[in-house]
Amino acid sequence: MSTKEALFDYVIRQADNCLILGQRLGEWCGHGPVLEQDIAMTNIALDLIGQSRSLYQYAADVEGKGKTEDDLAYLRDVWQFKNLLLVEQPNQDFAYTIARQFYFDNFNFLFYQALTESADEQLKAIAQKSLKEVRYHVKWSSDWILRLGDGTDESHERINRAITDLWSYTGEFFNNNEVDNAMIDAKIGTDLTGLKPKWEQKIGSILEEATLEVPAGEWMQSGGKEGKHSEHLGYILADLQFLQRAYPGAKW
Amino acid sequence: MNTTELERDFQNKIDNEIRIEPKDWMPDNYRQTLIRQISQHAHSEIVGMLPEGNWITRAPSLRRKVALLAKVQDEAGHGLYLYSATETLGIERDETIEDLNSGKAKYSSIFNYPTLTWADIGAIGWLVDGAAIMNQVPLCRCSYGPYARAMVRVCKEESFHQRQGYEIMLTLCRGSEAQKNMAQDALNRWWWPALMMFGPSDSDSPHTAQSMKWKIKRFTNDELRQKFVDITSPQADFLGISIPDDNLKWNEDEGHYDFGEPAWEEFYDVIRGNGPCNAERLNARKKAYNEGSWVREAALAYAKKKSNSENLVQVA
Repeated sequence: MSTKEALFDYVIRQADNCLILGQRLGEWCGHGPVLEQDIAMTNIALDLIGQSRSLYQYAADVEGKGKTEDDLAYLRDVWQFKNLLLVEQPNQDFAYTIARQFYFDNFNFLFYQALTESADEQLKAIAQKSLKEVRYHVKWSSDWILRLGDGTDESHERINRAITDLWSYTGEFFNNNEVDNAMIDAKIGTDLTGLKPKWEQKIGSILEEATLEVPAGEWMQSGGKEGKHSEHLGYILADLQFLQRAYPGAKW
Repeated sequence: MNTTELERDFQNKIDNEIRIEPKDWMPDNYRQTLIRQISQHAHSEIVGMLPEGNWITRAPSLRRKVALLAKVQDEAGHGLYLYSATETLGIERDETIEDLNSGKAKYSSIFNYPTLTWADIGAIGWLVDGAAIMNQVPLCRCSYGPYARAMVRVCKEESFHQRQGYEIMLTLCRGSEAQKNMAQDALNRWWWPALMMFGPSDSDSPHTAQSMKWKIKRFTNDELRQKFVDITSPQADFLGISIPDDNLKWNEDEGHYDFGEPAWEEFYDVIRGNGPCNAERLNARKKAYNEGSWVREAALAYAKKKSNSENLVQVA
């Protein structure tokens, strides 16, 4: 794998994370538990999809085949998507949505923070800009972990179940694969294993304050970064890509 | 002052274009009319999120997806300002929302029609937001201050949505044959419901006369409908698609378009709850509200705990 190929994959992976999670949050629009939070979830979706656009545009440049952001988002199939398994998990209820967001936001923050030191100027610039947005996402999802964990018995039980059920999707955040190793060597990317202690510390302290415990499960799912996904992603793409697939080549 | 004097004073203010503010005296009917109208308007924004929200996951490009998300989010924001305006009249948001969920309060019937294709997102922006603007611009001069001020913000955003919708239609109409057909189909389905958004003919509109006297309303339903047809017809010509009305033609003498009569039976049917999506829309709102109750309770319980512990710290 050349550095260019690795860089393309590296950028695409983050773009896919942002797009797929943004797509999931978009499903809430109009159905939120309270109007202010409906608006907040849409805000985060907008930030994430905005980030995915910058990243897809850059990935298209890196690839150099004249593709657009939409070619990359709309015309790849499941195995070509490299997002983490966590972000494609269904919304289920507000507790699962918050747990998913909380795990991801805290990872995303550390990841972008590391990329602000990247030797790749473009990636560095995207990371700097995104970091400001993700700081707010972290605050939002952490605040909700506190409210739900330390709110009522029902909310405690619901959020506890959600953080436990989604726990097994957090392990792959910190696995370096071939692409990560190439990016570390080129000083473009970051050693993901190095982010793990900071992430554990951050989520551990919030969960403790929320009267929740860090889930104990040790088995971790993985495969997203290699294009091996859960069944959910196919349905996400069926919605996402419907018009581009049904009317090939049309301009919208 | 006795009630007659208060009422005379009140009408004097209205006649002199002096805004009525929440703490001012107002006739009970004026207050009730505003509560009904503003809360209906707020509900329309919130229910209106559903037909367009239906296409967020399927928007055909990332640019369109972002624009649609932002648009539907604006509607949630409009709902918030308008619920706040209702609160200035002494009715809480929860109470207003319960009236929607129980079916007691109405919302604009247009949202009881389904969004079947992407072109519907264009047609809603162009026609539904277009009609809404025509209804709402005069409300920026409404006699009740908080409503008028909320409408200034709402109208700015609506006119942006309207242009965005027209641009979607234009892109479709300049696209492939299939896209143009999609646009025509959407126009066929949305045209008459859009005309009905102005409400029944003046002769059948029970609230018009009083609302005009109070300057809540500035133009009659028929005046606004005519204005809408006059502005929209040339826009359809420019798109190259046809408005589904055989009676539509330019009337040189009048300086207006003549047009056919909407099927008012359908209008009343939809109001009675028999539109294609009435049950679905209301169920979606009830589901969101009921399934959100544990979240709202948790937030409240947490806030209470925090304020209690802060008080304890202060006492210590």
